[in-house]
Amino acid sequence: MGLAALPIVNDPGLDIPIQELTPERIAEVFNRVVDQETAARFKVYLNTCVHCGLCSDACHWFLSNDRDPRFSPVGKVKQTLWELIKKRGRVQPAFIKECSRIAHTECNVCRRCSMYCPFGIDIAYLLLTVRRICSELGVVPQFLQDTVNSHAVTLNQMWVKQDEWIDTLQWQEEDARAEVKTGRIPLDKEGADVFYSVIAPEPKILAQLIGNIAQIMAVAKVDWTMPSFDGWDNSNMAMYSGDFEIMGRVERAHHDAALRLKSRRIVMGECGHAFRGAVYDGPKWLGWREPPIPLIHAVEFYHELIFSGRLKISHKFETPVTVQEPCNIIRGRGLGPKLREIIQATCADFREPEPAFEHNYCCGAGGGTINCGPPWKTSRVKGNSVKAEQLAATGAHVIITPCHNCHSGIEDIVGAYKLGMHVKFFSEILMEVMEIPEELKA
Amino acid sequence: MYNFVSGPLVWIAFIIFFAGMIYQFLRMLKSAQKDKVIYPYMSLKYSLRSLFHWIIPFASKNMRARYEVTIVTFIFHLSLILLPIFLAAHVVMFTFSWGPTWSVVSESTATFLTVLVILACLFFLIRRLMLPEIRFVTEPSDYLLLLIAAAPFLSGFIANRQWFDYETVLIIHMISGAIMLMAIPFTRLSHMLFFPFTRAYMGSEFGAVRRAKDW
Repeated sequence: MGLAALPIVNDPGLDIPIQELTPERIAEVFNRVVDQETAARFKVYLNTCVHCGLCSDACHWFLSNDRDPRFSPVGKVKQTLWELIKKRGRVQPAFIKECSRIAHTECNVCRRCSMYCPFGIDIAYLLLTVRRICSELGVVPQFLQDTVNSHAVTLNQMWVKQDEWIDTLQWQEEDARAEVKTGRIPLDKEGADVFYSVIAPEPKILAQLIGNIAQIMAVAKVDWTMPSFDGWDNSNMAMYSGDFEIMGRVERAHHDAALRLKSRRIVMGECGHAFRGAVYDGPKWLGWREPPIPLIHAVEFYHELIFSGRLKISHKFETPVTVQEPCNIIRGRGLGPKLREIIQATCADFREPEPAFEHNYCCGAGGGTINCGPPWKTSRVKGNSVKAEQLAATGAHVIITPCHNCHSGIEDIVGAYKLGMHVKFFSEILMEVMEIPEELKA
Repeated sequence: MYNFVSGPLVWIAFIIFFAGMIYQFLRMLKSAQKDKVIYPYMSLKYSLRSLFHWIIPFASKNMRARYEVTIVTFIFHLSLILLPIFLAAHVVMFTFSWGPTWSVVSESTATFLTVLVILACLFFLIRRLMLPEIRFVTEPSDYLLLLIAAAPFLSGFIANRQWFDYETVLIIHMISGAIMLMAIPFTRLSHMLFFPFTRAYMGSEFGAVRRAKDW
């Protein structure tokens, strides 16, 4: 059909392991995964798809790459699963690298396409199955695999050691107390109303966010705690690499930590994939229908604090803002209306993006894609020019982004497309507009 | 030949169609047990909510965006299912063999709908050939399935017009109808059976677990 070859990207996580593979080994793993780990959904989805291509318009990769059919959701399934099924898994090792490129680096498993497929086929699930096969073959982009290795060894994503964790919390507590007298980060407090968990990049590179939450909790007088032990990291890259055994361990550790502290509920920081892992993908793998204790995302928590009056807003944020809606809390939890309500309550000039709510575009970074690291950044940023156009059209100066993956991904897009906009977590807006009562001011 | 295709072949086709559908349905139910997430998350309320938005024309965003596909698809599927059931020539044959009868569509309506089905098939073919994202995922079987769906209508139309040798065309018509019936359970035409269930599961997951809309 004359499609130009895609640039070859070298990634030791893919290039080295495939040297050890044989078609027999690939077939063995493929058939094991398909026979033992998949059932009705996998078979019915593949037998029901009539190759109509109506999912294409859902995908930001397809739209951003000049409607290149290789980037349409069904096109990605064709280039991976159809071929594997046709050959019963007996494919050349180089084909598995292609599978990983497509499934790990060119699909954000954002599930927008299942809202465009007339049959409701979960195409993201099919591509996650491809990731599973790649992961079982040891073929995973190196940067992504490194985070999984970290999860496996330390139960957090960033090789943070326990003393570093506790030390960081103490440092942030001190910083919080410089602003709010009662700022505290209570460790291992039993029976607290809120067990607050974050993703490991917060203590590693964005520690001030923990200091911010300590101030917010103090002003809102929330009874809260964080664990000093493993389980504090709610992120889960194993869910996206396809290493579901590690995914299960990580999710169990997170829920166990909250149960051990007899907390009434878990509040998770501003991260989308972590929420998905804790509320849905993790429990599914662990055989729980629902998470064992109530669990909410930061957006719901801030909504509760603002609308119950526990947090007062002293003035509104004046700069025009728009929003990046994280798939895993909007399409994944229906938090679109609440997100708008807290933005309206704190910002004077909100610019609605188009498309919005469940139909909003993915940030292009989620689904573990940004974690595939620098080798894949060029294609990732190119694969989301529609997001750049969408954001530019709002005319806003600040993009509120209540998710870590979105935050980093949108920053890349803002930089690459020279949008001249700033990306902020909602908590950063809150820090600017929240009223700190005089008696609490340090 | 005529006696065979209008007698035993019809029996064979219907038996294979119904038995095949039941077999596929039971296989799906059994397989759904192994897929541990399906039964726990299935919800009648959200299944119906999703189906509702996807069987009413333009009730979903993609149906509005691709309005031409929506219009053609609805006309095609409705005609494809209803026309054979309410066609006078079919009802007469059924009544002749079994007794019961029901109302039929007029011949001009039937011709009109047949032409619509044929045009819809042509539309699907052109779409498949012209749009890169569809051509990319098109396999020979996709053309074959389109042919299987179009053949009974095309041959029925020719028979009705009495072009070519009437009896030969009629035999081709009955064979092609039988082929379509027998193909439904065992090819991607099985979306006739599976569509409500894939939709229902996705609706349940979106509604009950993700508390979001899926249309």
